[in-house]
Amino acid sequence: MSNITDIRLKRDAGFIAEVEAASGQKLSTCYQCGNCTAGCPAGFAYDKQVNRIMRGAQLGLKDDVLNSRAIWMCLSCFTCSLRCPNNIDVAAIMETLRHMARKKNMVSVRKVEKFWFSFLNTVRAFGRSWEIGTMALYMLRSLRVFTDIDLAPEALKKQKLPFKPYVVPNGGAGAVGRIFKRYRERADREGVRP
Amino acid sequence: MRIGVFICHCGSNIAGTVDCTKVAEIAKKFPDVVYTAEPMYTCAEPGQTAMEDAIHEYRLDGVVVASCSPRMHEATFRRTVERAGLNRYMFEMANIREHVSWIGKEKDANTNKAAELVEIAVAKLRNNRPLTAKTFDVTKKVLIAGGGVAGIQSALDCADGGVPVILVERESTIGGKMAKLDKTFPTVDCSACILGPKMVDVAQHPNITLHAYSEIEDVSGYVGNFSVKIRKLATYVDWEKCTGCGVCSEKCPSKKTPDAFNEFTGTTTAVSISFPQAIPKKAVINARHCRQLTKGKCGVCAKFCPTGAIDYAMQDSIVTEEVGCIIAATGYDLMDWTVYREYGGGAYPDVITSLQYERLLSSSGPTGGHLIRPSDGGEPQNVVFVQCVGSRDKSIGRPQCSAFCCMYTAKQAVLTKEHLPESQSYVFYMDIRAPGKMYDEFTRRAMEEYGVEYIRGRVSAIYPDGLGQYVVMGSDTLLGEPVEIKADLVVLAVGIEAARGTRALAEKLRISYDKSGFFMESHVKLKPVETNTAGVFLAGVCQGAKDIPASVAQGSAAAAKVMALFARDKLENNPQIAFVDLRRCVGCGKCIRCCPFGAIKEKDIRGETKAQVIETVCQGCGLCTSTCPQGAAQLSHATDNQILAEVNALCR
Repeated sequence: MSNITDIRLKRDAGFIAEVEAASGQKLSTCYQCGNCTAGCPAGFAYDKQVNRIMRGAQLGLKDDVLNSRAIWMCLSCFTCSLRCPNNIDVAAIMETLRHMARKKNMVSVRKVEKFWFSFLNTVRAFGRSWEIGTMALYMLRSLRVFTDIDLAPEALKKQKLPFKPYVVPNGGAGAVGRIFKRYRERADREGVRP
Repeated sequence: MRIGVFICHCGSNIAGTVDCTKVAEIAKKFPDVVYTAEPMYTCAEPGQTAMEDAIHEYRLDGVVVASCSPRMHEATFRRTVERAGLNRYMFEMANIREHVSWIGKEKDANTNKAAELVEIAVAKLRNNRPLTAKTFDVTKKVLIAGGGVAGIQSALDCADGGVPVILVERESTIGGKMAKLDKTFPTVDCSACILGPKMVDVAQHPNITLHAYSEIEDVSGYVGNFSVKIRKLATYVDWEKCTGCGVCSEKCPSKKTPDAFNEFTGTTTAVSISFPQAIPKKAVINARHCRQLTKGKCGVCAKFCPTGAIDYAMQDSIVTEEVGCIIAATGYDLMDWTVYREYGGGAYPDVITSLQYERLLSSSGPTGGHLIRPSDGGEPQNVVFVQCVGSRDKSIGRPQCSAFCCMYTAKQAVLTKEHLPESQSYVFYMDIRAPGKMYDEFTRRAMEEYGVEYIRGRVSAIYPDGLGQYVVMGSDTLLGEPVEIKADLVVLAVGIEAARGTRALAEKLRISYDKSGFFMESHVKLKPVETNTAGVFLAGVCQGAKDIPASVAQGSAAAAKVMALFARDKLENNPQIAFVDLRRCVGCGKCIRCCPFGAIKEKDIRGETKAQVIETVCQGCGLCTSTCPQGAAQLSHATDNQILAEVNALCR
């Protein structure tokens, strides 16, 4: 019976402590009411629903949780945190799990990470996001050239896709760039993948 | 003085982290200590017998027991030393369990602290004086605050036992929340049919005086001799003349008065009788909606009343009752569920409370028992019940379980099927709590025989779909998936809180309440009916969430406590009360002004004004002791000298 989870063997107490320390949340306060799952607008794209991620984290099932697709499809809308009857910041736990997965090179949905890089690259350059730049970078990185291209005409018509980036004036863009630089230095120092 | 010290092991509770033998050795060196012992369980019969023997054998005239909290066994050991011929106040207790062994792990430190606590107790005991109680008369009459099922049960039991009862009810009828229910679980018998006869008994019992539509204004006195001021609210109807015929209500033109008895699911008239089985069946005018009282123009009810009972000029009146005991049975109210904005916050007409649903199901309710949607009057096909709304929710500061919602939700789902056989009910639950007799069988029946669909998960949001239905966004945690149900009617099992005004009443009764406002019992397991104020007892949900059988049982239990107390003709006071040293008293009167019980009066002694303590009224709080600038007011058994002796022992 290989599909039975041996909780004693798979339970990673260190992982539980790590999640709690990084997120500032106490996992044992979750009583599995499922309110997070009930309100999650991205749940349709999850492999495991939020309450199952929470249960996995509670039990210390590290690989199950970190390899899940769900933590990458999370929108960070914080509906789960708002509705949790036990005041758990569930979105913060999802965020923590994403960080942990990246540190351990266990990112299961690479294209989400690629999208973020594309988005952040434009912010680093101009101090604000630049949609068309994000689009182009993402297409290059993911080789998904025609993804969502059908939305472009409508977005262009509504002037949501400016061809020129908006650069934050008065040295603002440079200041934002320096924040990225500082983060990168810290990431190198601490051995975190940027 | 010859003092004996007993260092209790309490099994391993104390001996586990305190070196009792060493404490006993140290204690032997304290002044006046002539005997030490280390019993395994001092409170057990062999322990008590050994203590009595030691008192005789070593001619002890004072005893120190180092063991648990005095709240646990002080009374026990006082009786023990009394049996051995000592005065019960020649005894002191050092708490080395709750204050030492249970809170610290380091044995050496614990042993030192235990020895110091024993030293303090010995120092105090050396200054103790024998005290004797005074006796006083008891007014053998009980006042019961609250006429719900618990209060009714207490009233009937006391009255049957020959105790005159004053029953005070805030609403215009007794019956409480149970009177609003349609049916009761797990037998699904009609609530009015089982409560109605008890309400009639209350009305007819010669030993019961009922003050309905009245509130407790003020309480003074002490066990055996309470004096309670009751404010009888103005009903604008002379109840001596009112026959309950209902003509006034039929003729009243103000027909859009909100109907509180029906939980605002319908409207009533400004002058009305809340429901057909009301006790007393008397009319009350709602002053805020009466045209005569608000605009000064109408007078229809006065014109039609066949007995001339209407009195627009009526004012509140105060009645004072002298009683020996008080039972608080004030019950509960639903919490304000509109804090849940995600459930509409009260804006959706078809998202209602469970108590409103009871009124819709009830044949004496606004729809005559016809189950309809409040918005359009249509019959609901899909009814969704949401449990734990305002219960077990730390995010709104309500972590407690409301105890009976699981069961009434199952009952309401069963009744829904019986009213509308074509309907389908869904219940969102987190855990089904059905530990009572025949309870779990009942919830199983709801699922197996009535086809109620139970879904394990909380509901995140409810919103109207724009087509007349409501989308309930929940999850099925057993399936591990979010689920949605389109509902015609959503019933929220709203959590309970202590009834409004409970905190104010607690202050009047000088009893305490917990974070949720429920009255605190004296001991959570062993004294669930008593409070920390002698002569004040609790019955029903005012002490904590419980269902009808438990409320009735506690009502009877409170009555038994009252009758046990009234079985004695005289009560003894606690002699640990204040006294005034007349040589030191300068008659400044500060103690008289600060005493919360009115227990100190001025007395003229040889032309000089002095303070004097009324011994049966003083509760021994010690306020006068700390207020007196001369140190003339002292508390027996905790005099300044005794406290200083304790401090000296510790600081030496």
